[in-house]
Amino acid sequence: MIGAAASGLLLVNGRIAGISGILGNAVRGIEGTWRWAFLVGLIAAPLWSPLLGLPFAIAHHQAGLIQIAVAGLLVGVGTQIGSGCTSGHGVCGIANFSLRSLTATAIFIGFAALTVFVLRHLLPRMAGA
Amino acid sequence: MRELLTIFAAGLFGLLFGLGLVTSHMTDPAVVIGFLDFAGDWDPTLLFVMAGAVCVATPAFVFARNRPKALLGEPIILPARNRIDRPLIGGAAIFGIGWGLAGICPGPGIALLGAVYGGTFDKGALVFMPALIAGIFLSRWRPLRNALGAS
Repeated sequence: MIGAAASGLLLVNGRIAGISGILGNAVRGIEGTWRWAFLVGLIAAPLWSPLLGLPFAIAHHQAGLIQIAVAGLLVGVGTQIGSGCTSGHGVCGIANFSLRSLTATAIFIGFAALTVFVLRHLLPRMAGA
Repeated sequence: MRELLTIFAAGLFGLLFGLGLVTSHMTDPAVVIGFLDFAGDWDPTLLFVMAGAVCVATPAFVFARNRPKALLGEPIILPARNRIDRPLIGGAAIFGIGWGLAGICPGPGIALLGAVYGGTFDKGALVFMPALIAGIFLSRWRPLRNALGAS
């Protein structure tokens, strides 16, 4: 479905389904009502999924609210400076055979895994020692 | 009329994208962290989700490459940049740290704004999204852009 949606937006609308780019341009007031429509569709998905017999969206948060706020800030800065997130670089960019996007994807997955390693394994071990 | 169709189509693709995120459990930070936790009980499911999405989208991108216009008559806009530069690397690293801290990336964060359980919205999304939008504006701040080598 993610791949089909990305293909559809590209072939029907001529746009890349890069969420951070769509959101960034929308909130910065850059013209394009289609961006807001895409975002509304995205927000509507958890409401529609049970009606369509698909799984219910439940988030089991792994972090406290302060950690989530710091995470949001870093994700906002990082995706804008790095021109993309999981969808834009990770799905669309790689599907477009972009070495730039492949590099970005390897870096953000690497740093995310490193962060999880520090939080889940390194810090608890140091605290226990 | 064409403008309206463009907006309607974008809404539909947003919904489809979101349904994909919900169905693949990318909206659940527990599943995302499980995928990122290589040293723990690694759950490769999301690797298959991403690889599957890439496989489905690849023919569309190949097809789009030599076409100037999309179905609704708008120009097809493909990114022209291919340089691997400092902002790309620094930005991706900062994003990765944020992603690892909470297990939420922008798509699932937005979709979770619409998740309602027991009559309440998802608190995590209500905190994450304003912070993300603050981050978007912070990313325009000149000293920060200079420090990260962004134009």
